[in-house]
Amino acid sequence: MSNAMISIRNLYKVFGENPQQAMSFVRQGMGKEQLNVEHGHVLGLRDINVDMQEGEITVIMGLSGSGKSTLVRHINRLIDPTEGELLVQGENVLDYDENRLRDVRRRTMSMVFQHFALLPHRNVLLNAATAPIVRGEDAKDYEVEAAKWLDRVGLGGYEESYPHQLSGGMQQRVGIARALTSNAPIMLMDEAFSALDPLIRTDMQDLLLELQTELNKTIVFISHDLDEALKLADHLVILKDGEVVQQDEPQHILLNPEDDYIVDFISDINRARVLRVRSIMSPLTEVDGAAGEVDRESTLEQVIAQTGGESSGTYVVTHEGAPVGVLKMSDLMRALVPQKRSGH
Amino acid sequence: MATYDSLFETLGLKEWCDEGGGSAPLSMADLLARKNGGTQETSAWDTPFPSMDALNASCDKFPKSRDLTAGLEDGFLAIKDSLRFILDPITEPLSWMLDGAMWVAESTPWWIVIPVLLLITYWVSRSWSIVFSVGASILGLAFIDHYLPAIQTLSIVFVCALISVALGVPIGIAMSRSNRLQRVVLPILDMLQTLPTFVYLIPLIFLFSVTESKLYGIAIILYAIVPVIRLTDLGIRMVDKEVLEAAQAFGMTPRQKLYQVQIPLALPNIMAGVNQTIMMSLAMVVIASLVSAPGLGVLVLRGIRNLELGVGLVAGLGIVILAIILDRVTKSALARVNAGQKH
Ligand SMILES: Nc1ncnc2c1ncn2[C@@H]1O[C@H](COP(=O)(O)OP(=O)(O)O)[C@@H](O)[C@H]1O
Ligand SMILES: [Mg+2]
Repeated sequence: MSNAMISIRNLYKVFGENPQQAMSFVRQGMGKEQLNVEHGHVLGLRDINVDMQEGEITVIMGLSGSGKSTLVRHINRLIDPTEGELLVQGENVLDYDENRLRDVRRRTMSMVFQHFALLPHRNVLLNAATAPIVRGEDAKDYEVEAAKWLDRVGLGGYEESYPHQLSGGMQQRVGIARALTSNAPIMLMDEAFSALDPLIRTDMQDLLLELQTELNKTIVFISHDLDEALKLADHLVILKDGEVVQQDEPQHILLNPEDDYIVDFISDINRARVLRVRSIMSPLTEVDGAAGEVDRESTLEQVIAQTGGESSGTYVVTHEGAPVGVLKMSDLMRALVPQKRSGH
Repeated sequence: MATYDSLFETLGLKEWCDEGGGSAPLSMADLLARKNGGTQETSAWDTPFPSMDALNASCDKFPKSRDLTAGLEDGFLAIKDSLRFILDPITEPLSWMLDGAMWVAESTPWWIVIPVLLLITYWVSRSWSIVFSVGASILGLAFIDHYLPAIQTLSIVFVCALISVALGVPIGIAMSRSNRLQRVVLPILDMLQTLPTFVYLIPLIFLFSVTESKLYGIAIILYAIVPVIRLTDLGIRMVDKEVLEAAQAFGMTPRQKLYQVQIPLALPNIMAGVNQTIMMSLAMVVIASLVSAPGLGVLVLRGIRNLELGVGLVAGLGIVILAIILDRVTKSALARVNAGQKH
């Protein structure tokens, strides 16, 4: 785990007049509710430990007020922690002075905002070029670069428009182009698609995934929508009242929820559409009379469609043509029903 | 003898009161009281409020309220010279600017001044209909022989509004960045705005001679600077928090943030402040005629002093016309800024 792009270690954040004093109560185990009622301080984050791998999309999910925005703003230090460590590419960003911090923000990280946060007095091209403008680069160079990324997100031809002339979805495309034009390896997205209509939101998710296969950025994506989180996440972190309740590969969380809170959370999800064969297959053994072959990356929905609703039998799981495991349809059926939490 | 005699007796201050009393200035009420013999009893119903004057009636050593105002006067006179010593050189450029602008406006022939005004109008408003109405207004005023006072008034408004904006915008920016400064400045702005305008003319008359143009310049600026400060402060504080976060997230320096984000986004509010500042300069220019500001206000005053109804009314109408065109021109500039950055 030492090669994580971003490492958050034992991070605490207390909002209020005297966070250090409030911290001492937190260390003694005082909860968010009690701290707020008795001491008037808000416990924003408690003991957060997350590693975000290079080239992956880490989704931080939780209900509103769970501390998602607070957490993502620690990564580029729009908010400073009360306690803890924050390593980016192995260096503790909390040790940086103003200038180095500014340099990190200019070159290493970019950010996309829920309400787009474009500059209303600048046209789309200049908005997309925010990062190079801030870095003081030459207009000739950045105009080409910004136009390239605008084109890439589907906004070719809108360079001269102003943000208020565009729809919400188009404005957020400008927001994404702005983040991409900075050429930073890390991209922070705080509920970037939450303000958009459902259909446009799906388009934007597809756009992001498509860009990601090409660019391999380290993306930290904030969402309060489980479907969105499951669709995008390589690594899913579930936050509740400022604490991490579970973090893992999303399929694993779906199959092994560690907490009643998460069981509730995932109970309404369409499991057939989210779970993939690879998460429920058994190790490769000799099968006689295999009913057919299924791909490792197929969703259960696709398998059910492929097998015509058959609920028994065994299939060989393949990956790029080679067999990698077996799938018993009875396991598939069982996986469709949420498990009661194992243990107690 | 007086109502509160017993008070001073019970406090044991009688002796102190009687020591060499009677030197306080006599008021009309004292004289009347002496004339009436002053020995009648006051009923409980008529008991006077224990004010400074009432207490003085019982104890000569106790100061009268007239002493308070006299004290203020003396205090002001005492610091007047040193205050003048500092303020005079600082404010001298204001006189030069006012006199210079006035000289230019008066000595340039009308057939140059009017086209230049129309050009400025077009440059600010980008609207031919506004240029047309401004042209018609000025030509109309010139036709009824009010060209010179109108142009004098405009030149004063121009200089004072310019200085108000040049000082007010930076003050507003500073206020928006410091809550403490805001707490100090806001009451001062409230005071400047609520004090009857004549009241701050009084100390100014003590400080500067009535023949200097900076006297009315300062009076106008003090009055007109308030809205541009207020709205600059408000405008910058109202800038969308998420946009500021974006500026920070992309690594802007505080200076970049100010010039590339805060001021441009506050511009609609700042322009609204400039509009009000110009209108208030114009309102004040009439009152400033009392302290020798030239222009249409002088004619209004003549109308009042000499009961020349027609002169006063026509000059008043001229001011209204100036107000309308100044308002339309600045509002159209404001509308252009607004159209550029709707959300
Ligand atoms: N500046 C602040 N001062 C006090 N409390 C804050 C501040 N910012 C956030 N909080 C509190 O921290 C908690 C988490 O907020 P936030 O990170 O915005 O949640 P989310 O983004 O998940 O909706 C909330 O209870 C919120 O009220
Ligand atoms: Mg949030």
